[in-house]
This record gives sequence, structure tokens and C-alpha cells, in this order.
Amino acid sequence: MAAEVARELRASFAAGRTRPVEWRAAQLRALVRMIEEKEGDISAALHADLAKPHMESYLHEISLAKASCTFALKGMKSWTKPEKVPAAITTFPSTAQIVSEPLGVVLVISAWNYPFLLSIDPVIGAIAAGNAVVLKPSEIAPATSSLFAKLLPEYVDNSCIKVVEGGVEETTALLEQKWDKIFYTGSGTVARVVMAAAAKHLTPVALELGGKCPVIVDSNVDLHVAIKRIAVGGFLKRVIERFYGEDPLQSADLSRIVNSKHFNRLTSLVEEKKVADKIVYGGQTDEKQLKIAPTVLVDVPLDTALMTAEIFGPYLPIITVEKIEESIDFINSKTKPLAAYLFTKNKKLQDDFVANVPAGGMLVNDVALHLANPHLPFGGVGESGMGSYHGKFSFDCFTHKKAVLIRGFGGEATARYPPYTTEKQKILRGLINGSFIALILALLGFPKEKR
Amino acid sequence: MAAEVARELRASFAAGRTRPVEWRAAQLRALVKMIEEKEGDISAALHADLAKPHMESYLHEISLAKASCTFALKGMKSWTKPEKVPAAITTFPSTAQIVSEPLGVVLVISAWNYPFCKSMIHCSIDPVIGAIAAGNAVVLKPSEIAPATSSLFAKLLPEYVDNSCIKVVEGGVEETTALLEQKWDKIFYTGSGTVARVVMAAAAKHLTPVALELGGKCPVIVDSNVDLHVAIKRIAVGKWGCNNGQACIAPDYIITTKAFAPELVDSLKRVIERFYGEDPLQSADLSRIVNSKHFNRLTSLVEDKKVADKIVYGGQTDEKQLKIAPTVLLDVPLDTALMTAEIFGPYLPIITVEKIEESIDFINSKTKPLAAYLFTKNKKLQDDFVANVPAGGMLVNDVALHLANPHLPFGGVGESGMGSYHGKFSFDCFSHKKAVLIRGFGGEATARYPPYTTEKQKILRGLINGSFIALILALLGFPREKR
Repeated sequence: MAAEVARELRASFAAGRTRPVEWRAAQLRALVRMIEEKEGDISAALHADLAKPHMESYLHEISLAKASCTFALKGMKSWTKPEKVPAAITTFPSTAQIVSEPLGVVLVISAWNYPFLLSIDPVIGAIAAGNAVVLKPSEIAPATSSLFAKLLPEYVDNSCIKVVEGGVEETTALLEQKWDKIFYTGSGTVARVVMAAAAKHLTPVALELGGKCPVIVDSNVDLHVAIKRIAVGGFLKRVIERFYGEDPLQSADLSRIVNSKHFNRLTSLVEEKKVADKIVYGGQTDEKQLKIAPTVLVDVPLDTALMTAEIFGPYLPIITVEKIEESIDFINSKTKPLAAYLFTKNKKLQDDFVANVPAGGMLVNDVALHLANPHLPFGGVGESGMGSYHGKFSFDCFTHKKAVLIRGFGGEATARYPPYTTEKQKILRGLINGSFIALILALLGFPKEKR
Repeated sequence: MAAEVARELRASFAAGRTRPVEWRAAQLRALVKMIEEKEGDISAALHADLAKPHMESYLHEISLAKASCTFALKGMKSWTKPEKVPAAITTFPSTAQIVSEPLGVVLVISAWNYPFCKSMIHCSIDPVIGAIAAGNAVVLKPSEIAPATSSLFAKLLPEYVDNSCIKVVEGGVEETTALLEQKWDKIFYTGSGTVARVVMAAAAKHLTPVALELGGKCPVIVDSNVDLHVAIKRIAVGKWGCNNGQACIAPDYIITTKAFAPELVDSLKRVIERFYGEDPLQSADLSRIVNSKHFNRLTSLVEDKKVADKIVYGGQTDEKQLKIAPTVLLDVPLDTALMTAEIFGPYLPIITVEKIEESIDFINSKTKPLAAYLFTKNKKLQDDFVANVPAGGMLVNDVALHLANPHLPFGGVGESGMGSYHGKFSFDCFSHKKAVLIRGFGGEATARYPPYTTEKQKILRGLINGSFIALILALLGFPREKR
């Protein structure tokens, strides 16, 4: 099945179907139409998979997916043009350019937390860059996965853009095929498997992973604003109640946990007494609905699972230090996160943070928004991943930048040919060191050769 | 030993030693000094390893390495500055920038097995230059197949650069395997596809990104519509004037039309004799084969009678001196080793087709090469070639030169590799481009916070769809919240 899909896509790509800019634009316009016409179905699938509030579905997935398409549609004409670069004096006369060409047939493996956006966004980049692409949506978000399998063929060119559903078995089969790039969103553990499989075919990879994204909160802040901004991504007492009411488990604005496996993984993080004792707010759970309320903890011991592994859930632990500057060393003692955040009005602390905290990306005085700016590359570093996308970075992610140097038959510098003589060496040295006289001599054909 | 090296470099990097631009510039200036002061020693080492003519050492290695340093020294100030990018209206007010930060501690491996790059110094030093310019600590593992050059690095680098941050580890398979077990923040490998797979698999264990500069059979299409004498000289110097064919971007084979082949072969014969004399094995301008293992690998490629019969020029060998003369073959059967594996030596087979346009399909039936070349005055053929032949890089009407232009990314695609370097691309290769978005506490759009209401949704939809009124409403704090 996987081999068949790969074969078919290779044939379509070899036939040149994905190369014309008109074809690529048509696919992207079809995706825009799909998002507009099926917004209700998409929202419903996200709600079925995650109890995701419609507002979040719109804000975080649907609108961003549409914006991705339109940004690519606008940019594609200039992105696909060769980029002229300066030609070196040593190859005078010549013209040099960088030509963007599609890698070929690419595989996109998506995740379950933003199952619509994280599937469609890389696919948009792959199409804009002229590739054939197969999307393997996350089986942990089954409603969204089958929505893709049903909808995409209704809108886009199915001979070049395919959806393959399935779990570990189907993904393993896909990973055995040879692709020209693999784009994986998910965990570090599986990313190692993906990269090892890719290594067999020398397939380049982009890995969008996770990590423990820290938020430093300085005392020199507008605290109400800071907390609200963290609270949209994390949760704290007064604001939590304002947002979600006295009984958050009843709020329609709170997503549920994706499945019972993750529900159990999360609740076990706070089972231990020395962790549970640190809960200062929240902690309520509803196993039947797979809901966990926003929960805040303070000074949980650092050697617990909650404090070492990526949480990926509603628990927000607070770590305290003596001086706020110590937070930077603390963050750097852990693996590089996908994103790091700082709330402060202190410019010196801000500069220190930006210069000295390696992270995929960072935000000062807000959380998460940087992913909405298509001019910023979105991606991790170290354990949080490699490669980036969004905006033109998505196009570049699935593109080979081919160097092209074009000469004519003039400008023959006989000094470069054997037999090597000291005279020739002198001229070439001069030329390379930028000597104008040497250039003239070389171009005039010195030393003169017998024809 | 490998673990000790990694540990020491990590400590140096963590101490912040490689971060200041002044430190990086000082290292690069020291490398320039080293190249200038030790040019004789470098040339001698290359001659010991390959019998490389001094002119080639200067042209292809020494001058390029020096140019790399100076280009990085000139560019570093602007490369290390954050790049401002437009801020989105949805995060108004905000400033957005991309900050280049070093990946950390990186490993540069110059081919350990086969093949090694034409510019050994260049291939070793150029990635190191990029790593330093980008603010990393770096360990270089030079190729043990070129032992004189390897020990020269081990001896010279500590005399010139900061040894706590830039180290050389010599050795073969064993030492390299030990290095690959450590965790690096990037691995830059130049060599063969077989070993590249091992490198990438080792890197996968640590989620270490890799750049792989590999090889392939670099094709040269020669159309009949050319200035043949110039074309042949350029092909010949690109093939035999680059380590006698032992270069990743050396022309591997020629494709031309059946009708044009005789004239092309004639021209090749005349030019080879002009360049290397009647007895090329005696020419001081021809490199030797690097060692007997590769000498035997190469000679066995033409052992088979059905291959040997196709030799139309050359073929002489001198096993004692490890020399093989420039050799041209015509229409060797396509299922032979000579025609399927990368040659990396002085044999130049010519394939013929009926019409020159068929050469494009032929090239595309093989794996993507590191470089592809075309000689023609026919603009339509040129456009077809550029648009439809995937390759690392390509040149029209010359060979190999594109690596000398620091504004062009140098690297492969598919089987010929991933990632690129040279010029600023070297700096980028060893950098993480960190997205940084900075806001103040103003511009509070309460519409984004729960509880989600239809009123808020309307405002946000409007804002996202670029409605000016929605922006005003959102910024004015609608809907009003109770504090």
C-alpha cells in the first residue's frame, strides 16, 4: 500500500504535473475553498477529537491554515523565480543564480494537538514548492484524520496529493519507502525513529518536536496583562476563574484531554504526594469526560516526572529563584525548548534572555503568538527539532536551492591550463588577489598559447 | 578520547568563549596567517599525499581557503546582526526579528573512506571557517587517507587558533566511530553515500542535524553547437587538472551525439597531449592516485575486455608511482561498473545518443549528481537543462568553477547530499535562526481571552481578515472587560 502510493506519486512527479506554477496555485486555491466551505465540518472534527472550543478552532487552526494558503499564493511568483547573485571576478564573464527546484515526493507526518493546522501547513509548503506529497495525519485525532481522507480528494489533484491514514504499522510501512523529504511533527522518541529510517535513503528531514517551554515572569511587569497572556496558554488563579468560571470542568471553552492514555499519563504526574501537596489551584478531574481543570503548582521538587518531562497538559508548575537572573541558567541547564517566554519591562533582562537562551523561538511579553507571523521561521533546535517552516520558510523547506553558473565561450584565461608554468601562476595569483592588471593579462589570453 | 574532546569543547562553549565576534574574527585572522605563513608546508603535504602540482594546490586549496576566511571576516558583522522582519498586524504592536545563534559544539569530518574531496584543505577548512564564524566550538577529523595533510592540521592549528575551542582529532574508522557516538549539535560530513548513511544514523540517536556533502556521477553534456576547443580545454582541466579526476565535482562522463563524438574525441586527444605531453605519466602536472587501494579499484574498472576495448586514448598506468594517465573511452556498455559507480579517477567515458535532447532523460534516469555540466550555445537546450535536471549545482559552458563563487550555495541533493555551504551559507549551516517576537504590555486585545463569545469571535474574525474597524475595536479593548 505504502509502496504503491510512493510509486504513483513518483510517476506523477516525473510526469511534471506538479511543476507549473498554475497547478500549484490551483491546488492552494482549492484548499482555501475547502477551508471556507467546510469550516463547520473541520470545527466539528476538532471538537470530536479534542472538545476544542470553536473559537480556538477558528483562531488557532482554520484562520491560520487559510492565511498560510493566501500567503503562499501571493508569494509564489517571486519565490519560484531564480535569485540572481553576484558573479565572481575569477569567473568573469559569467552570471550566477540560485534556482529553487522541488525535492520531489515528500512525506508529511502530522500530530494530534493541532491536527488540522499541523497537517495542512506543511502540505501547503510542499505544494507551493512543486512537490508531490503524501500526508499521514495523526491517528490519535481520528475524526480529523478521516476528514482529511474524505475532503482532500474532493478538492485537490489526487494523483499528486494523497492522504494515508493509520497508526504505527502504516507509518512504519511509509517510512520504509524512499522519499525526497520527510516532515515530522511529534515527539523526540519517534523523531529518532523517523530520522534513522530517513538515513537509510539519505532523505533530509524536518522535525518539529517539543520540550519544556519556560515562562520567566519578572516582578517588573504589568502583572494583570502578563498573567492573562500566560493564562491563554497556561492558567493562574484569578484569571483562570474569570476565563473558565468556578467549575472549569463545566466550561465549554476548555478542551478535553485527547484520549485516556494521555489522561492517565497526566494524572499520574501529580499522583505522588510530594507533587500533589504542591497544588495551589485546580486539580479537579473528570475521567469520563477526559477533562482536567487548569492546575497550578508551586515549587514541585525538580527530580519529579512533572518537572523533567514535557507536560503537554493543563498543569502549570511555578519554579522560584532568589534573583530573576538565575532563571536563565536554569533554562539552559535543560534541553533547548521549542519556545521560551519572558515577561518583563527590564530591557537588560530582555537582552540577556534573547542573547543567551537558545530556543526554537522566543517571545517577550506574550506567549505563542510568534507562530502567527509568516516572516518568522518556526522550528526547534537541539531536542526540540531541526528545520523550520511557515511563510516562505515552508516553501524553502521543500525546495532544493540549485546553484547555476552560466558562462559563454569568451573570457578564456589560458593561464589556468597545464602545463603549469611560473608565468601562469603569477598571473593567476594576481587575478585571485584582485589585481586589475592580472585580470587584463588573463583576459587578453596571456600567456599566449599555440593553437 | 572522543568523550574527553566533546566534554572539553562543551565546557568552552558553555563558558561563552566562542560567542564574541572579536574572538571569531581573531580565529579567522589566525587562519589567514597560517595559510600565508605555511603555504609551502601545505603545498608539500598535498604533494606528499597526492603528488598534487603546486599550481593546483594554490588555485584549488590555498587561495580558496584564504578567500573563505576573508569573505567571512568581511561578512561577519552583518551576518551576526539580528534580521528585522515585518511584524504581523494581528500582534500589533510588536517587533519581530531573526537572531542567528551558534548551534554549539560541532563535528566536521573530512571523508574517512571514499571518496575524499578534491580540495582537501578546502573541504576541511571551509566548514571549520563557517563553524567559527557562526560562534561554535568545533572538532575537525581530517581524512586519514591523506596522512600528511592530516598531521599538518594536527600540528599547525594549535599553533594558530584557540585550542580550547577548535580541536583536531586524527584517526580512521575507530576514532571516527568513537566521535560519532558523542552528542554534537551538528555534524558536517564530506565523503561517500555509504558512510553518510552511517553518520546520519548515528546522528539520529541524538537528534543531531547533519550536512552531508557527497558525490555522484557528474555528467557533462557536449552539444555540437559549441566552441569545441574551448569546451574541451575546460572539461579537461576540470577532470584531470583536479587531483586527476579524484574530485567530487569532476566530470564523470560525457554525453554527446553519435555524429559529434569523433570530432569530440579528436579534440580531447589533442588537448590532453598539449596539457600533459606525449607521456602523461612523466608529467609533473598530473596528480597521482591517492593510494594502492584506489589504484586497484580504478584499474579493475577497465580490466574487463568489453570495457578495455572501448579505450580510445590513454590507459597507461605506473603501479609503483600510483599513476594512471588521462584515459578516454567511447560507448562503454552501460551495465559495467565504470558506468554505474562514481569513477573518481582519470577515466572519462563518452556516451552517445541520437539527439542531444535525450541526454537530459539519461541523466535523470540516474541518481541526482552533485554537479551537472552542459556545453552549448543553444539557449533552448540550456533552459531545458537548468529547468529539468535536478542536481546539487550546475554550470553551463564550464566545469567546477561554481564552487569558487561564495554567493552560490554549494551542496548536493538526493544521493549527492543535503545542506550547503560556502560564503554566508557556511555561517548559516552552523547557525540556528531563532525567531524573536517582542511586545510591550499595551495593545491588549481582550477579544482573545475566554470566555469565548460570539461578539469576541466577530471582532477577531474581522481583525484576522484585515478589517480596519475590527482592529480599532480590538485595540480599544472591545469587548470591555471587568478588571
